[in-house]
Amino acid sequence: MSMTDRLSSAPAQRRLPHGLIVARNILLFLMRAPTSLFGLIVLGLLITLAVFAPLIATHDPYVQNLQNTLQPPSAAHLFGTDELGRDIFSRLVAGSRITLSIIFLVTIVVGPLGLFFGTVAGYYGGKVDTVLMRITDIFLSFPSLILSLAFVAALGPSLNNAIIAISLTAWPPIARLARAETMTFRQADYIAAAKLQGASSARIIWRSIVPMCLPSVLIRLTLNMATVILTAAGLGFLGLGAQPPLPEWGAMIATGRRYMIDSWWLVTFPGLAILCVSLAFNLLGDGLRDALDPKQMNRR
Amino acid sequence: MDPILEVKNLSIRYHGAPEPAVRNVSFTLGRERLGIVGESGSGKSTVGRAIMRLIDSAEITADTMRFEDVDLLNAPEREMLKVRGKRMSMILQDPKFSLNPIQRCGHQIAEAYRTHVHCSKAEARAKAVEMLEQVHIRDPERVYDLYRHEVSGGMGQRVMIAMMLLTSPDLVIADEPTSALDVTVRLQVLRILDGLVKDKGIGLVMISHDLNLVRAFCDRVLIMYAGRLVETLDARDLNNAQHPYTRGLLAAQPRIGGSRAPLPVLNRQDSWLTPQAQGDAL
Amino acid sequence: MKSVTISDLCVSFGALQVLHDIQLEVAAGECFGLVGESGSGKSTILRCAAQLNQKWSGTVEIGGKSVRDMSVAERCRAMQMVFQDPYGSLHPRHSIRTTLEEGLRINGIGNRDARLAQAMRDVGLPVDFLDRYPHQLSGGQRQRVAIARALILEPDVLLLDEPTSALDVSVQAEVLNLLVRLQKEKGFTYLMVSHDLAVVDHMCDRFAIMQHGRVVEVLPREAITQGGATQPYAKELIAASLEYEHAV
Repeated sequence: MSMTDRLSSAPAQRRLPHGLIVARNILLFLMRAPTSLFGLIVLGLLITLAVFAPLIATHDPYVQNLQNTLQPPSAAHLFGTDELGRDIFSRLVAGSRITLSIIFLVTIVVGPLGLFFGTVAGYYGGKVDTVLMRITDIFLSFPSLILSLAFVAALGPSLNNAIIAISLTAWPPIARLARAETMTFRQADYIAAAKLQGASSARIIWRSIVPMCLPSVLIRLTLNMATVILTAAGLGFLGLGAQPPLPEWGAMIATGRRYMIDSWWLVTFPGLAILCVSLAFNLLGDGLRDALDPKQMNRR
Repeated sequence: MDPILEVKNLSIRYHGAPEPAVRNVSFTLGRERLGIVGESGSGKSTVGRAIMRLIDSAEITADTMRFEDVDLLNAPEREMLKVRGKRMSMILQDPKFSLNPIQRCGHQIAEAYRTHVHCSKAEARAKAVEMLEQVHIRDPERVYDLYRHEVSGGMGQRVMIAMMLLTSPDLVIADEPTSALDVTVRLQVLRILDGLVKDKGIGLVMISHDLNLVRAFCDRVLIMYAGRLVETLDARDLNNAQHPYTRGLLAAQPRIGGSRAPLPVLNRQDSWLTPQAQGDAL
Repeated sequence: MKSVTISDLCVSFGALQVLHDIQLEVAAGECFGLVGESGSGKSTILRCAAQLNQKWSGTVEIGGKSVRDMSVAERCRAMQMVFQDPYGSLHPRHSIRTTLEEGLRINGIGNRDARLAQAMRDVGLPVDFLDRYPHQLSGGQRQRVAIARALILEPDVLLLDEPTSALDVSVQAEVLNLLVRLQKEKGFTYLMVSHDLAVVDHMCDRFAIMQHGRVVEVLPREAITQGGATQPYAKELIAASLEYEHAV
């Protein structure tokens, strides 16, 4: 907001596309605060583990060794073995793939669905808004655990059904957020200008409104991830999600519960993994909120 | 005239900013009306807020920044709390944003009074109503109970003036007090402010981007550009301004009855950024 | 060059009637001012003409054709609008190029690069600004981009909603000069809302004074300095502006 038309020379061109520059600046910002740095590191670790799981795991996660059950952590088995002699460290590493796929699948369902409902409802208002929001309310009122039970009863327990159940209850808050943001942005003069240029409503929503809603939605999705992981673990714990022998972290805690008193390593390590990843997403979400705050934009 | 406000070489730099927002500004203020004029980014509002010690996120340095017996530069916040609102106050630009939307107007005035003077609620209310009358609000009892969104812009600004002048401060800083108002209301509000300032012998600093306003209303004028003070003169001498920036500003404004030729455009010179000899500022 | 005719324009927001039977006649190529205080309804007239607000009764004609009878494409080429706030009228996430190109893309107009370059030249901005983003421009530069956006579809009528009131005095001078030059070069019809009679005196041929949703009086520019107003409110408004301006 300088007072003259003379700008202190902003570099005229960047060779990189603007989106990439913004992403890089956000990353640099996140790396500066210790909390969000922790989040980034844990997320990075999770992705590395998942991608290179077969290389990092010391043993096959499914091979049983009934001679070697319930061994405490040692040099041979970093995190000990479970009740069927399987190496817990390797199962944890393999389970990271499951965790990551849950996060990924839920995000790609919840994000677009919530954005669609929210922006369309917020932009059109009136009857469209009422109908879409009542549909949203219906889904909002289902607790995800109850819905999963219903799914399991109908379709049988499996990881995929658990993911569907979680997704179906995670999108309504995103929709409401997107709607609230849309209702603010649609008053802006640049929307009026787009209308004057002949843009259709769909074009305006897609090109003008969605980019403005993205920061809030991204932050919300990141913060939601913590809950999603915990819910998936909870479902796994209840036997509704991933089925044995899948090394899903929550399911590992469930089966390990019986031996918990004497063999603490069965539940501790999966529990710590869940804790770390949830915490990481929470901290990352907080960091993103600071990074994407409009007041900070000048720093970028 | 004994100066009530003395500022020498005031510089303000916001944390993380490459350039100072205000650079070596010096002036004194007696019981008179001083206008500070500049465009956006000139630092005029920053100076006002710095005097009130309302800026936390900036480094403020000065040789002197003194209000009567208070060293504004070094006084602890405890001491500033006793001064702010009581001996010096600030009128802000837009009552839509500066009045509390969920409190009744009169209540805000009374609250301002009770913060600095020990008295009962009834006394504060009476004082507030009296002050509303002084700002020419015809039905003070009724307006006392109104919310901000129920009053017009001009009335809201008069409420703000009432709130800020109730404690009879010695210094009032008015930051663009009439910019958000319609032209017919502007003159009304200015006359009220003028009357009160004269009656109570208040030193007024009027920050504005509007040269006409400042010419009519103030005794002396400071012109700021890019954080620097470029000229100081008496308001009535404004047409004879020497500095090219001031002359440029005067010429660039469309005038009623002026020619329809293209308006002369300001040609900014880097030489304006070097320190100038101050006029009769000090 | 096209004329603008507004007849019997009435607008209500819920129970409140905001515009009462507005009649305005703007000649082709004229610069017509709409003056009034806040709440007088002057900006609402522009929004109705631009079809940003569609709930109005009456007729608005451009070049003799009702805006309601125009297809979207026709309307885009008939009129465009420049908004008051330079910080709100450009999409913060779109580059200047994207902002200016939108209109061309939507209406399927070719030769885009040449038109973009020409539009930037018309408003006096360097062509390499096309790759900048709004936050990298000053208020005056943004307003020029907004004007370029309005020009790029080659409309006949420009609706100007207080185009310089949010700008500094020195920048305002540049933008006003630009608007005057463009009108001379391209023959636009301007319908300009302003609260500042000095700007109206500088640019407009005639102007209407509005109060409480009604047109109080339509006056030639000379009425400001030579006192041709007959209605009491019109006289009051002009007198207040003169007093303010001359600092009496």
